[in-house]
Amino acid sequence: MYLPKSPSAEAATVTNGPAAVPLGHGKLGLRGVVVQVGVTDGRAHGVPAAELERRLLEMGFVEGARVEILHEGIIGHDPIAVRLDDMRVALRRREADAILVLPDGPGR
Amino acid sequence: MSAALDLRPAADTEAGSLRVALVGTPNCGKTALFNALTGARQKVANYPGVTVERKEGPATTPGGRRLHVLDLPGTYSLRARSPDEAVTRDVVLGRLGGESSPDVLICVADSTNLRLVLRLLLELKAVGRPMVLALNMFDIATRQGWAIDLDRLSGELGLPVVTTVAVRRRGMDKLLEQVDILAATSPNGEQVWREPNAAELRHAHREADRILKACVKQPTLPDTWTGKLDGVLLHPVGGMVILLAILFLMFQAVFSWAVPAMDLISAAFDGLANLVKANMPAGVIQGLISDGVIAGVGSVLVFLPQIMILFFFIILLEDFGYMARAAFLMDKIMGGAGLHGRAFIPLLSSFACAIPGVMATRVIDSKYDRLATIMVAPLMTCSARIPVYTLIIAAFVPRETVYGFLNLQGLVMFGLYAAGVVSALLIAFVLRRFIWRGAVEPFIMELPAYKLPDARNVLTNVLLRAKIFLGRAGSIILPLMIVVWFLSNFPGAPAGATQPAIDYSLAGIIGHAIAPVLAPIGFNWQIAVALIPGMAAREVAVGALATVYAVSASADDVATPLGTLLAQQWSLATALSLLAWYIFAPQCLSTLGVVKRETNSWKWPIIMFVYMMALAYAASFATYHVAVALGGG
Repeated sequence: MYLPKSPSAEAATVTNGPAAVPLGHGKLGLRGVVVQVGVTDGRAHGVPAAELERRLLEMGFVEGARVEILHEGIIGHDPIAVRLDDMRVALRRREADAILVLPDGPGR
Repeated sequence: MSAALDLRPAADTEAGSLRVALVGTPNCGKTALFNALTGARQKVANYPGVTVERKEGPATTPGGRRLHVLDLPGTYSLRARSPDEAVTRDVVLGRLGGESSPDVLICVADSTNLRLVLRLLLELKAVGRPMVLALNMFDIATRQGWAIDLDRLSGELGLPVVTTVAVRRRGMDKLLEQVDILAATSPNGEQVWREPNAAELRHAHREADRILKACVKQPTLPDTWTGKLDGVLLHPVGGMVILLAILFLMFQAVFSWAVPAMDLISAAFDGLANLVKANMPAGVIQGLISDGVIAGVGSVLVFLPQIMILFFFIILLEDFGYMARAAFLMDKIMGGAGLHGRAFIPLLSSFACAIPGVMATRVIDSKYDRLATIMVAPLMTCSARIPVYTLIIAAFVPRETVYGFLNLQGLVMFGLYAAGVVSALLIAFVLRRFIWRGAVEPFIMELPAYKLPDARNVLTNVLLRAKIFLGRAGSIILPLMIVVWFLSNFPGAPAGATQPAIDYSLAGIIGHAIAPVLAPIGFNWQIAVALIPGMAAREVAVGALATVYAVSASADDVATPLGTLLAQQWSLATALSLLAWYIFAPQCLSTLGVVKRETNSWKWPIIMFVYMMALAYAASFATYHVAVALGGG
């Protein structure tokens, strides 16, 4: 059975290519693959970091999922609407920062 | 939960009927499936101790087995966050109110969006109850070209799988047949559920993904409508304009479409009251029935058309998939006040009546987000304020056109609404900034694919809302009206009285006693007296004013003669002060009662009463004195 490695180890192996970016920092139109889910910047959220991680996972933000930023709000480009595999999810950039995305290269 | 209790099936206690619960993610068409299974024979009650609505209805399987079907709030996980989701968890696990867990679970899935529900389903299997997967909206999936290998899916999951189209009532027999088979053959497994941790969630996702890849082929014609519509409806500028236009249309509809029905209802109640007066001997009983019960209940039922129209729009937009978009568009504005994007829907409902608004806050996860929303919901201008506003505006604001196209009366009405919204956002801001500090709860919300609402489903849900409102009118408002009638009529006027009878009653005595307190804000004793019965429900104050000023309340049109009278008796400053009072004052015992029930404590209704009263007094004081200073005294 495949047991998950720690997320940071997974991220380290993929960040050798183009740099992964927090989804919350992504521009409109950003496409890529989720490489890591979990609060890494130590920023305070309305819920504990482990709880936010589980909520994101339950909504389908899981390593390997494809994401694309489709829309953003009028004030401060926040919140964002994201295509997540074949569904759509709205979230605030603050929470989206807990999701690291490896952007598609120009050739993809 | 002990196994011994689990083994006591409800079937024994409820004459052979089986308890079946519907579980699924939000937006999977679960309520439509519930409606299709149970028809119109649903009951809505509250779970004991908690205030989440319990929707239950009977159904019969092809095998003749009687079912009690329970519709549970949608959730992505049994790990509950909001009060709504906690009910789903507790019912499924048999932790609620001494009920054992349901005999059979029906897991409802949107066939076009299986990923998350498959993960939920893997979690539900740990509950150890017989379960069937209903692939709902199967017609849409077929049309879009999803290829789902049902046998393989059933084999991988180890459960029967049935396809359904709830809005067309297709697949119900097959689904019920499976329930029959499960009830007869499947033993209950062990309940081994516990909260999954992050690693287990990741693992379950991989498992769900594997099953999905093995059984489901992506469509050749994906849903392009949702993408195209979102391009317009979520456009930063265009989306906001459309949202405002929809809200404008809603209010137009609530206030103009409802008028004929409201006229009809008040005419019917007037007729009924007159019938009683004509056919019963005059006296206390006649007064109680005609003026207390009939007039009292009528004064509340008259809002039923507005509430139904408002809910018609809310349910229509919800079923269409727009409400999540509205929450997305409003999140930053609501967030600026420290509220959650999801608070938008409860606050919108509060424009009809704060009671459904307060009840709708259950979808909000965080306790403080929810409390803040509850505390400001009554500041939204509910329809019960309209009779008071229209009476005073018609009497004191000239019917003029300003700036060439704006109706001055309409402008004042709009200003009153705006004052309610702005003050609600300000209060929420103060609460979240200074009292309940800390980061706002995360906003993570699925934007469901757009779907054409089903007329029958919308109608069923609107009628359900009406039924809930009527039930409340019967249980809370009717007794209150009788109390108010009693206060306003006892003791009766002495022989040879020169003042209207209400002046000598308990309400009159209380009114006179508090009149000095209200004098600084420009209220005379007549207003003070009218505010006492107006505590039951805001609009009752209009009828009470009519009584105090000895105008016949059963005249064809109460407002015109009363309005003319008020225009002669009150100064403009007094009228404006009363309008300011009505923006804030907690003149609604039913709302306070619901807040007590929703928060399960007297603390919050008391705080709400005190802060709203203080605001009302301050606002009226300021309004009155500014108006007097400007020559309106």
